[in-house]
Amino acid sequence: MRVVVDLTRCQGYGQCVFLAPDLFSMPGQEALMYDTDPDDKQRERILQAAAACPVQAIHVDRMATQHRTVDPELAHPTSARDDEFKRNGHIVIVGASLAGGRAAGVLRRDGFEGRITLVGDEPYEPYDRPPLSKQVLTGAVDAEHTMLPHLREIEVEWLAGTPATGLDIAAKQVRLADGRRIGFDKVLIATGARARPWPNKEEAALDGVYVLRTLDEARRMRRRLANGVDRVLVIGAGFTGSEVASVCRDLGLPVTVVEAGPAPLVGALGKVVGAVAADMQREAGVDLRCETTVTGLEGRDGRLTGARLSDGSTVEADMAVVALGAVRNVEWLEGSGLAAGPWGVATDAGCRAVDINGLVTDDVFVAGDVARFPHPVYHYQFLALEHWGNAVAQAEIAAHNMLSDQAHRWPHLSLPVFWSNQFHVNIKSVGVPTVADEIVIAQGSTAERRFVAVYGYRGRITAAVTFDQAMWLDFYRGQIEQAAPFPPGYRMVGQVEETRPMPAGVPQRLAPAEGATVVVTGHDPAERRVSLVRPPQ
Amino acid sequence: MTANDQAKGDTVVASASIYEQILQFANRADPYTLYRELRKTPVARQEDGVYVVSTYEHIVALLHDPRVSSDRRNLAHPPPGDPLPPSFIGLDPPEHDRLRRMTMRNFGPPHAPRTVENLRGELLPLVTSLIDGIAGRTRADIVDDIAYPLPVAVICRLLGVPREDEPKFHVWAEEIVETLGPGEGDQEERNKRRQAALLGLAGYLGELARAHRRDPGDDILSGLVTYDGPDGSMSELEVIATSALLLIAGHETTVNLIANGMLTLLRDPGLLQRLRQEPDLVIHVVEELLRFEPPVHFLPQRVALDDITVGGVTIPKGSSIVLALASGSRDPAHVRDPDRFDPDRPYIQHLGFGGGIHHCFGAPLARLETQIALRELATRLVNPRLVADPPPYRPSSVLRGPRHLFIEYDGVAPRL
Repeated sequence: MRVVVDLTRCQGYGQCVFLAPDLFSMPGQEALMYDTDPDDKQRERILQAAAACPVQAIHVDRMATQHRTVDPELAHPTSARDDEFKRNGHIVIVGASLAGGRAAGVLRRDGFEGRITLVGDEPYEPYDRPPLSKQVLTGAVDAEHTMLPHLREIEVEWLAGTPATGLDIAAKQVRLADGRRIGFDKVLIATGARARPWPNKEEAALDGVYVLRTLDEARRMRRRLANGVDRVLVIGAGFTGSEVASVCRDLGLPVTVVEAGPAPLVGALGKVVGAVAADMQREAGVDLRCETTVTGLEGRDGRLTGARLSDGSTVEADMAVVALGAVRNVEWLEGSGLAAGPWGVATDAGCRAVDINGLVTDDVFVAGDVARFPHPVYHYQFLALEHWGNAVAQAEIAAHNMLSDQAHRWPHLSLPVFWSNQFHVNIKSVGVPTVADEIVIAQGSTAERRFVAVYGYRGRITAAVTFDQAMWLDFYRGQIEQAAPFPPGYRMVGQVEETRPMPAGVPQRLAPAEGATVVVTGHDPAERRVSLVRPPQ
Repeated sequence: MTANDQAKGDTVVASASIYEQILQFANRADPYTLYRELRKTPVARQEDGVYVVSTYEHIVALLHDPRVSSDRRNLAHPPPGDPLPPSFIGLDPPEHDRLRRMTMRNFGPPHAPRTVENLRGELLPLVTSLIDGIAGRTRADIVDDIAYPLPVAVICRLLGVPREDEPKFHVWAEEIVETLGPGEGDQEERNKRRQAALLGLAGYLGELARAHRRDPGDDILSGLVTYDGPDGSMSELEVIATSALLLIAGHETTVNLIANGMLTLLRDPGLLQRLRQEPDLVIHVVEELLRFEPPVHFLPQRVALDDITVGGVTIPKGSSIVLALASGSRDPAHVRDPDRFDPDRPYIQHLGFGGGIHHCFGAPLARLETQIALRELATRLVNPRLVADPPPYRPSSVLRGPRHLFIEYDGVAPRL
């Protein structure tokens, strides 16, 4: 049985743990772990657990859409008239992961009867990544057992293990690594991102150096962990690095985490919450070195032996996990004429790709980690999100819009939501915490690591982050959507700490177009265009 | 009231209040028609200043709104206090979290995740013996013969209360339930009855707690009296309030779910037949029951800590809020064809156990007990039929269910 829990919905009620304790567990108050591929003998318990979920977040063998309506199975109208494209068109989806798979399901739901071709560079059908840095690393679940249930039985032509190498918008073709060209009427770009490798190739090749993003990478890491490791060095204390450190501590392994910033998670959540994360790591026995970088990895006979740090010290380690963020998979779009670059592929709010001139395309759509879209709630700034919930929500909007005429298109307006389970604590976030100048602990206590932190920017609420307090998150989502004033001035339950705003301490946002330069040519409006100038590498 | 009024978000005072009609005993058999009327004013201010909220979206919002308190002492005009301190159901964080966490240590994750799992093996024999007990006759009362004794046996066993004391605590428990929340009749008289019952139960449980402290066993009460950890330990009054809550909730609610379930099945012979052939169906039958005929119809005890605007209506600080859960679960804006019992819905999301931090503590137990009871009844009763439809109801509008559910049948098949 394929099981996936939509942890963006999960609020930690724990009903599944009561009813199927061999398949679901909560090592802390709200952080849920589960078996992604339980034995058929457990069927009754799995069905009981899924039925009992108060927010219906557990999906067994079948997925549900993120945009839950009164009747989730119902096709949504896409145009006033019956159209030829929906009956006989050809849609190519490049990228066969969460977003690509979800889009295929929604295309079928909304009545697309034509051909769908799903192009993926990995040999696997869409699988679920969040368990890779948790259940898979602990060994509770095999990496191969993370396949996602389908939204519905979808008929697709599936080209696995065939990376796309180019997109020709004028000819409406996708080029594949094996030389084939696949024609399309509409295309969805969902190629996601990959782990940023260690910059020094020679050091990166040392036996014992890992990155974690794909199923194969998780499998390799797990194998290494199972064979015994003396000390793990985690480079970067973002979410992946922190989760890896947490698992390693659960496995009883000594861990050193090296983080360039002042605390873990600062890049996403700012200094105040980062300080809580730092305490959490140290209390769990992590040797945490902040404001420090790894200047070099050392090896002997091709095997990793340790690292040199920027403070002059060294760390002995036979395993290193490079967790320095992700690189968007846009290289294949070189020359396509789309506004694609290291920052992602730009789109309008309806997931239609924008070309380098800033024009919206008609037949090219983008969803998931590779997309960069303007969000009206955040001053129309372009956001590029690497969140599970965004991938599915955006894929659903993109798929719907691929079939829709102008009058039926939807904007992708869902607020970003993400979660992380680390050190037995469930961390959730709604909104964009990096758009903030101040933060307040609105409920609960940071000392107990059960709290709600509310972020504000120029007097309005822009985000909220909870540690083991997921049940309140939807309230703050509503506050953000209503542009409620910051700081929240009302009386609330669970107000323990002094609710005085503090500086948020979030990193200054990168200028979104950093690294890209264009030149404008031509005078006549019919000729005036921009072209991209790549900075010297 | 017109759609226009709603759009303006005016506070609407219903004349002969729909809510008052719902509370009237005469409407106990079918409150759902009235809920439909009630939902036309999603946030309805009553003459006494109470706000009744009846649509799914707004109930869910308030269940997760930190400006909504469960502590009646926050009312603008607090009622006279009970002789017992509030249990965690009537408290807010951080006190609520602390007490609920200390209680959960003995019942569920993270410290006791296998408690319900370990109980599974005892549930079926219990149900089997109860059904065996009505074999050899052709008429039974589902309430008194099955739906009541089953949860009583389970909660007694879990909590560590001697089952033979049932006649004693049953009287108090029923009195406390019947005087819970709004009702008909003289409020002062109701309150007096309530105080007396609470004192009686408190005395009994206090004695029992002392006995468990002297000689702890493998039960929740022993866990409560002996625990001393990061959350401190429970005072004697806290132990009494907590165990009173568990004892009452543990046996005054599931009885309604089982009885409402059997009533629903007997009204739909096709479904009864399907249950015999598809044993897994009972899982979704019980879920749909929690939506369609839930045991708890209202949360009558919430308080606005601040001015709260919901559905265009501003509920002033200090107001009493009633959440009409059973109405919300039948809101057509939430669920298609809400007045049809349909266990085959792809997703059944309901308010049967409330939501948010006060989500029903014993929900897993209620589900399992009802699943097993309904499955066994459906499988073993030969040609069961209702004697009276509607059946006689218990007085409470909050914990709504039949007082008796008389059935006739041709026989009881032995368990295979």
